[in-house]
Amino acid sequence: MNHPEPPLRRNPVEGMLRIDRMPHIWCSGCGIGTSVNCFAHALEKSRVEHDKVAIVSGIGCSGRVAGYLEFDSFHTTHGRAIPFAIGLKLANPELKVIVYSGDGDLIAIGGNHFIHAARRNVDITVICINNFNYGMTGGQMAPTAPLGSIATTTPYGNLEPPFNLAHLADSSGAVFVARYTTYHVRKLAKVMREAILKPGFSFVEVLAPCPTLFGRRNRIGDGLAAQKIFKELGKIADGTPTAEATIDLQNGPIVLGKFIDRDRTPFLKRYHDEMTRVLGEKFVPYGFGETTIADIEGEKAEDHEEWY
Amino acid sequence: MLKAHAAGVLTGNHFINGDNACAEGAIAAGCRFAAGYPITPSTEIVEHLAQRFPLVGGLFVQLEDELAASIAVLGASWGGAKSMTVTSGPGMSLMQEHIGLAAMTETPSVFVDVQRGGPSTGLPTLPAQQDVMQARWGSHGDYGIVALAPNSPQECFDLTIEAFNMSELYRTPVILLMDEVVGHMLEKVVIPPADRIAQVGRKFTKRPPGEYRPYEVTEDMVPCMAPVGHGYNFHVTGLTHDEHGYPVMTAEAQDKLIRRLVAKIRDNEESLRRYEMLYDGEPILVISYGITSRVTHRAIVDARGAGVRAGHLRLKTIWPFPEKLLDSVLAQGSVRHIVVPEINMGQLVLEVQRVAAGRASIHHVSHAGGAVHPPSVIRDVILEVGR
Amino acid sequence: MIPEDETSDDTPARLPANVKATVVIMANRCKGCMFCVEFCPTDALEMSREMNAKGYHYPELTRPDQCNGCNLCGMLCPDFAIYGYFEKLRK
Repeated sequence: MNHPEPPLRRNPVEGMLRIDRMPHIWCSGCGIGTSVNCFAHALEKSRVEHDKVAIVSGIGCSGRVAGYLEFDSFHTTHGRAIPFAIGLKLANPELKVIVYSGDGDLIAIGGNHFIHAARRNVDITVICINNFNYGMTGGQMAPTAPLGSIATTTPYGNLEPPFNLAHLADSSGAVFVARYTTYHVRKLAKVMREAILKPGFSFVEVLAPCPTLFGRRNRIGDGLAAQKIFKELGKIADGTPTAEATIDLQNGPIVLGKFIDRDRTPFLKRYHDEMTRVLGEKFVPYGFGETTIADIEGEKAEDHEEWY
Repeated sequence: MLKAHAAGVLTGNHFINGDNACAEGAIAAGCRFAAGYPITPSTEIVEHLAQRFPLVGGLFVQLEDELAASIAVLGASWGGAKSMTVTSGPGMSLMQEHIGLAAMTETPSVFVDVQRGGPSTGLPTLPAQQDVMQARWGSHGDYGIVALAPNSPQECFDLTIEAFNMSELYRTPVILLMDEVVGHMLEKVVIPPADRIAQVGRKFTKRPPGEYRPYEVTEDMVPCMAPVGHGYNFHVTGLTHDEHGYPVMTAEAQDKLIRRLVAKIRDNEESLRRYEMLYDGEPILVISYGITSRVTHRAIVDARGAGVRAGHLRLKTIWPFPEKLLDSVLAQGSVRHIVVPEINMGQLVLEVQRVAAGRASIHHVSHAGGAVHPPSVIRDVILEVGR
Repeated sequence: MIPEDETSDDTPARLPANVKATVVIMANRCKGCMFCVEFCPTDALEMSREMNAKGYHYPELTRPDQCNGCNLCGMLCPDFAIYGYFEKLRK
């Protein structure tokens, strides 16, 4: 039977990309592009006003995301995307500030800023692409590298147990912690949307293939092979205590899901409330027009309940 | 030019120290965001802001380290706020990467360095002027920088306002080189009425989003900024970039960009320089800055009393170094000797030597740090030279 | 509407007769990773024999009748080279 063609439709994601800069620099089979794809879907579904979205990236392959998304975007220094985002958000609380960067950038050199921002509960969303190494610079060991894995700076095998990023975020106080892989695109987009809308410090860990470096050196194979591993060994278990949400790339399981979704007062709201309480009428709120802190930080994902 | 918002300005006569005056100057300049980290002898500035900002619509946050503070300032600046951070020597070293980022991305921002004895932990509670060259060259790569050196609490107030204005006019980080003595000395500070304080507003583009180029080269070498959150979808990166702000990693793009960044500051020396000349045309010229200029003044008065004719060029703008000014002074032909006292082992004097290019004998009065020169030491050098 | 299956991402679905689906492929963007072909839940795609200008094989909709427009390919694609959709057609 002849398959009648439906009318041609434009990819809804393209409006959010800097198409004039395509093709991007990421390798064939790299998961970063997939994560950006999911992020664009999530942003669309979140119905956040595009003008108010600001993307802040660090340095690395994942750090290049800021350059490819068509929003006010900032490609900052290595490890410092989060404090830049904090300054941006505090000066302009109407913005929806998304930090999009890699595991080395956010957790090694940026580790201190990561835990403090989670502790303070600044209202930003951190998307961390975890490909288990430093990709841009040629595949060095990262704090997420599995024990025994091969990297250029650990040619005889990594001697350091890796961080469990979900647990780190949870322990530091993040209000939303989720982990998925670039295979689980629908779930990933869903948690990204929830993270975007959640007031406070929300964290999404995205496990992604790095076929050129980590995958090749550790005999995982190409991007497709890594995706198959994610599919095979991925175990979705929402609500798992983060200390138990481990990742075993060789034998499984790779524990995935939405682990933490709790409510804590975001930083600016607490600032506003406490200053009002202590100073009363003498307090002059940080100015940004008629919108109040409550207006900006009171939205919850439930208020935008919608089928994804 | 905007006028300062009256709510922030504590008009009147005050008896306060330089740190506090600097904080009040920031508020009067329209600064409403500060991020900082405690470090002696600068901490009083952020403590003052922590206390005052909530009363004037500002926001101060103490971050986890100077690395965070120095880039939070840039984020806040892009968010639309006039922003500053405050530190001393060891923290200044940590902030260099982001001073470079500010220069590369042309982000208006103010970095206050209340200098203390160094290197390393050095003398946390005692003065020095040892960060002069670091202020100029501290970050990697080639760029221009503006640095101002107040010599009194009053100037801490005045030059902080200048610093903010210069940073907006030239889209550049500006460093305020205070020192521990100026920061901690108590003196009369007169804060004028708000309508007599000029604030330079941010140079925003008049073009609509489709036609705006974030780093377009214009005649004055200062591109227009776009307000975040208004659909301009601009990109800011520390990578070498083109007029669109997109990374272009070629030698051609580098040449175009870096030459402009350097020229933007160097070629605007006349509008950026602030100085005082006392006793012009004498055969001995003393060039000083910061707290050293206070004792230098005394030394010169004493020397003149003893019959040695010395003049005083007090620099308030250290960087860009006022080459054209020094050239014109030397061109007058009267100066035979230049005396440069500073609380370091020889930093500004290197610039003087370079620009003088042999047209006068240079005499450096060094000090390893930890105290201010006694006036007699400088006086004696002047007398020695005068013989 | 395609229901969301909570346990798996590769959810085949049957379309009603008045709903048609297809994919749009921008072969010149493709980098040949094969995510779309491998994970298409209805097995509608195959990698081409030809190569694009960069030397990559790209996907082709060789079994268009099987496509349900779920856009799993579109979301998986790291290079924004493919996307799928479905439309309700007027009678």
